[in-house]
Amino acid sequence: MKKKNKTELWLAFVAIALIYVVVAVLEQTVDSNHIIFTVLKKGAIYSLVAVSMNLLNGFTGLFSLGQAGFMLIGAYTYSIFTMPTAVKVTESVYKYYEAAIKFDTGIFVGLVCAGLAAALFAALIGLPVLRLKSDYLAIATIGFAEIIRAIFQWDVLGPITNGANVMRNYLDLTDVKIPFTDIPFPPTLYVFLASGVCIGLIVLLINSSYGRAFKAIRDDEIAAEAMGINLLKHKEMSFVISSFFAGVSGALLAMYQYTVQAAQFKSAMTYEILLIVVIGGIGSVSGSCIASFLYIAASEWWLRGLDMGKFLGIEAPNLFRSGFRRFVFSIIIMAIVLFFSKGLMGDREISFAGLARRLSRRTKPVKAAKGGGIDG
Amino acid sequence: MLDFLHANLSYILSGISVGGQYALIAIGYTMVYGILRLINFAHGDVFMCAGLMMVYLSTVLPVTVAIPLVLVMTVMLGFLIERAAYKPLRTAPRMSVMISAIGISYLLQNAALYFTGGLAKVYPAIPWLSQTVTIWGSTTKMVTVVTPILTIVLVVLLTLLIKYTKVGMAMRAVSKDFETSRLMGIRINTVISVTFVIGSFLAAVGSMLYFTNYASVTPVSGSMPGLKCFVAAVFGGIGSIPGAVIGAFIIGIAENVIKGGTSIFGFGGSGWTTFSDAFTFALLIIILVVKPTGLFGEKATDKA
Repeated sequence: MKKKNKTELWLAFVAIALIYVVVAVLEQTVDSNHIIFTVLKKGAIYSLVAVSMNLLNGFTGLFSLGQAGFMLIGAYTYSIFTMPTAVKVTESVYKYYEAAIKFDTGIFVGLVCAGLAAALFAALIGLPVLRLKSDYLAIATIGFAEIIRAIFQWDVLGPITNGANVMRNYLDLTDVKIPFTDIPFPPTLYVFLASGVCIGLIVLLINSSYGRAFKAIRDDEIAAEAMGINLLKHKEMSFVISSFFAGVSGALLAMYQYTVQAAQFKSAMTYEILLIVVIGGIGSVSGSCIASFLYIAASEWWLRGLDMGKFLGIEAPNLFRSGFRRFVFSIIIMAIVLFFSKGLMGDREISFAGLARRLSRRTKPVKAAKGGGIDG
Repeated sequence: MLDFLHANLSYILSGISVGGQYALIAIGYTMVYGILRLINFAHGDVFMCAGLMMVYLSTVLPVTVAIPLVLVMTVMLGFLIERAAYKPLRTAPRMSVMISAIGISYLLQNAALYFTGGLAKVYPAIPWLSQTVTIWGSTTKMVTVVTPILTIVLVVLLTLLIKYTKVGMAMRAVSKDFETSRLMGIRINTVISVTFVIGSFLAAVGSMLYFTNYASVTPVSGSMPGLKCFVAAVFGGIGSIPGAVIGAFIIGIAENVIKGGTSIFGFGGSGWTTFSDAFTFALLIIILVVKPTGLFGEKATDKA
């Protein structure tokens, strides 16, 4: 059994390495304006936030809908920290305010600070909020996300957050350099590396004794408490860690977008991430990753024709007009929610043993073994 | 106190009006939650759809025909949503039903986005409601005066319905204990459908009053009022109709005073407008932490 797990782990590593090689090769060979890079970058960012949401909703059983708020904190912290001081003192970004923060940091520090800021806020609100259960927790976290959005748009804080105006000219993906040189780092690979490392950390956490405690809380709170698990401590921990990674993904999103504005992080964004988690399967890391790439690819690329008047060779400009894509998309999502409530993966992970068994004996339904997830 | 009243009279008036409109929506939330223990995230979007239906119908039909038609169609929409998206999940965990509700909300918003092309639609003027009147020196629309009265009349009717009719008694029974009432021979599905029908009807009435005030409908114009009305329902004690109404009035008034306020707690600036929404949620969190059962809620063990 142990040996089997080991091969499984090696296979997973090889698969992940292969993904990185493919991304690196693609980036060197395909024209960088191709839509596939949008899909890959955004997909990787959404994978991270979806996995972080899954850590809460799927593994700890806390139905929290505050993800957009934590992403906002991350995005803003990152943009404030990495915006060069030279830009801050001029009027190009802070037009109506005098910038209050007079220093700037590098990208890595910015990313970590983005996560820390989100985690700090989560720690503060966790104490009152995590005593609530299921739908009350959901509505309270939505509430906090909205409050965060209002605070960041408040003009009194303008010297820090630039009020309701756009933040830009901070360090973005094109500013990433290979360490100790001036050669630009391939942007897609960078996003993959950053979110891959974060997802890897989350997977390690899930497979640790803390992760097992989270799952115990999800399955039965009373039983978990009887087993000596400190409920509030573990819930708070899961909440803070999930928010940390949501913050990092917010920062990555800011890097990818070049501009960031608080108005973007509405509760609709949280719902979108929740739907990704549901499509992938609540409680499956690899499912969340696959679902985010599928979701982004479908909405940005494959179904694009539905908005442009031509889809699968059929031309119907009156039917296929702007907005039809999202309409079709939401119908598909509803179908998944109603008829495939387990999503793509249920609560299992991709495993090569299971995959191989399934391929060799398709007649007998086999239970895929756990462990060794692929991350994106 | 008097000074404050005098300075903010017009805001308080519009707050009462908005509060009445919120109350009508909040009742839909509180009734559904009372029976199914479900936050019907799609309710705000049903409200938005009622607004859009009015916009489209009034272009081809006279208003007197359009109004009843909108009421009927919204009721149908609410009924269909329940049958299509919530009924199949009756035995599923609560989380799946809530996800389904979020999915329906997403679907309705995107459908609206497609049909309107993303543009804000101008709400038709309903003849008598959009007249202007002057009360104690501040001018408002007729709808401001009509809303609280209409709200109170509807709430009284609804309370009578719940207290003295057979279906009302069934509703109370189902909200007390789902399983037992089923064993007692109550047709659960009928009761739930009636709940959705009443909720959607009130949302349609609310939408007529609300959009007469705001004059335009967008695909997302239901989501924020929807969330706020849910907060109102929680504030008043979920499951309690008078609680929802009082919560809605409090939120409506407070929100408008904040919107109008030029300086609160010594902080000046126009920035308070951004907090008119956040205030609602702050109120929610305070009530959830201090008194999770709300103002008039029954004691329950599974909330906090």
